[in-house]
Amino acid sequence: MALAQPKNIAQPPRSRSQAFFRSLRWHEAKWAYLFLLPNLVLFTAFTIYPVFASFFYSLNEWTIQTPMKFIGLDNYIALLSDKTFIKVLGNTFYYTAGVIPFQTALGLLIAVALNQKLRFNTVYRSVYFVPVVTSSIAVSMVWQWMYQPEWGVFNSLLKLVGIQGPNWLFSTTWSMPAVILLSIWKNVGYSVVLYLAALQSVPDSLYESAMIDGANSWQRFWKVTMPLISPTTFFIIVLSVIGSFQSFDQIYVLTQGGPARATSVIAHYLYQNGFQFFKMGYAAAIAYVMFAFLMVATIIQWYYRRRWVFGEE
Amino acid sequence: MQTTTPVNPALAPHTQHTHRKSAATQAKSILRSGVLHVLVAGGAIIMLVPFIWMVSTSLKQLDQVFTFPPQWLPNPFVWKNYSDALTIVPFGTWFFNSLRIAVLVTLGQLITCSLAGFTFARMRFPGREALFLVYIATLMIPAHVTIIPIFISMNSFGLVDTPWALILPGLTSAWGTFLFRQFYLSQPPELEDAAKIDGCSWFRIYSQISLPLAKPVLATLGIFTFLGSWNEFLGALIFLQSKDMKTITVGLLQFRAEYQGLGNWPVMMAGVVISTLPVLIAFIIGQKYYVQGIALSGIKG
Repeated sequence: MALAQPKNIAQPPRSRSQAFFRSLRWHEAKWAYLFLLPNLVLFTAFTIYPVFASFFYSLNEWTIQTPMKFIGLDNYIALLSDKTFIKVLGNTFYYTAGVIPFQTALGLLIAVALNQKLRFNTVYRSVYFVPVVTSSIAVSMVWQWMYQPEWGVFNSLLKLVGIQGPNWLFSTTWSMPAVILLSIWKNVGYSVVLYLAALQSVPDSLYESAMIDGANSWQRFWKVTMPLISPTTFFIIVLSVIGSFQSFDQIYVLTQGGPARATSVIAHYLYQNGFQFFKMGYAAAIAYVMFAFLMVATIIQWYYRRRWVFGEE
Repeated sequence: MQTTTPVNPALAPHTQHTHRKSAATQAKSILRSGVLHVLVAGGAIIMLVPFIWMVSTSLKQLDQVFTFPPQWLPNPFVWKNYSDALTIVPFGTWFFNSLRIAVLVTLGQLITCSLAGFTFARMRFPGREALFLVYIATLMIPAHVTIIPIFISMNSFGLVDTPWALILPGLTSAWGTFLFRQFYLSQPPELEDAAKIDGCSWFRIYSQISLPLAKPVLATLGIFTFLGSWNEFLGALIFLQSKDMKTITVGLLQFRAEYQGLGNWPVMMAGVVISTLPVLIAFIIGQKYYVQGIALSGIKG
């Protein structure tokens, strides 16, 4: 701006907008828009436009072959009385409630142990983290074989102690716990890494003063560590809720949502409606309901965050 | 995050002052670290069991798989399972398809996100704050919301069942843009300011000053994007239909569909091992940056 002034004095502008277009500021803005262009074009085409288009589809009855028919909120109303959808929603909650407590608590436990600087620390951390980076399809296939009723790892081990294990993936009772167990195994390393970073950012001086005050290590953990890493706990829970609500891969590989829809979750039902039955409008409505649940979950958590996250009153 | 950082003070004093303390305290501290070791190592072994089981099965003879109690060590080692897996299905083609998509997507994101992140952090232009807010707002949108319209668009452009259906939407990401912006904001702008005063063009500031500074972010985003793309499933399942177009993730399912009826777990596990190797190699090479990226998003998050 300051640099642009001499130019303006030499050639008095006719209007303010003309002055702007000649200024260095405009020169900068021009380059800025140019730099943003590739990103913005792709972002608009593959994020912004689809978000709106998806909502529009959800207001229509539409299979790919037939023309679109505008039906207002009928898809959403139909969802409310769709027994399968209610079941699928319940399954999603079951799955989420099964994964999150273990993933968070085990992650913390392992991170606290690793933070004591054991020998082979880096090796351990990598071991806990490897399942996170491997393809969910590949590991699900391994777990499918592990859950095999006669010769799989689980039932072989159970047989060694004299228990006849269930037919995990084909039992309405055990298929969901089986999927949950795989998800905890796959994702716990993520919590470990986040917690490790948080634990290492707690200042030493706080532990020192707690020790001078006579706090034992148990008290130091609950009164110093836990409050200080509470933002990380919060972050892990938010991320896990978001992830769990969208989980699809493991279920698709292990059970295809079965048996009798015992493991069919919202993302799986959406996939079936959209890409097996080609009910695009209905699938888009399911997507928006999923989105709404995620929004509500996040907002609730942000609200409660003030209560239990340290330092945010 | 680095393991070289100081010992957690919660335990450090014990180890430092043991020589002054009684034998009982010393024994207690040894016991404690022993228990800790057993716990951590035990957990690690549990984490590794599926991988051990996978590799062990992949090297077994078929009749060795169906034994009780299970044999962990294959006898003999059947390497033929691997050559079988490679010849029965076009693993090579799937490998190449996955690699091509992952490389292009990664390069694309590194370019578009670093440019946009730099622009949002360092340049002034009308609409900057509002536009950035839009990027942030989309971070939470699940892929399922956007995949239906993307499928419709790809369908009308005739791009379904081509790699472009997966490459084009992957070329940029709001998260990557956010990562670069935050990085540049955390850096002092003096170097860029000096270059500006010297009359350096904006593109040269970006390409010769800012981008080289952002090496850690480039590495972090690069490895995240590469692994994410390599492991991508939903999009591949929806967009890629013919056998020759498939990526390794959906290819594995095709492989299973052709093989499961036979119950040939060794060959199937060999296929799984082949598909996981590149990921493991990429992870071992880029582990530092991957872990850094997660911690970064966690602390700032």
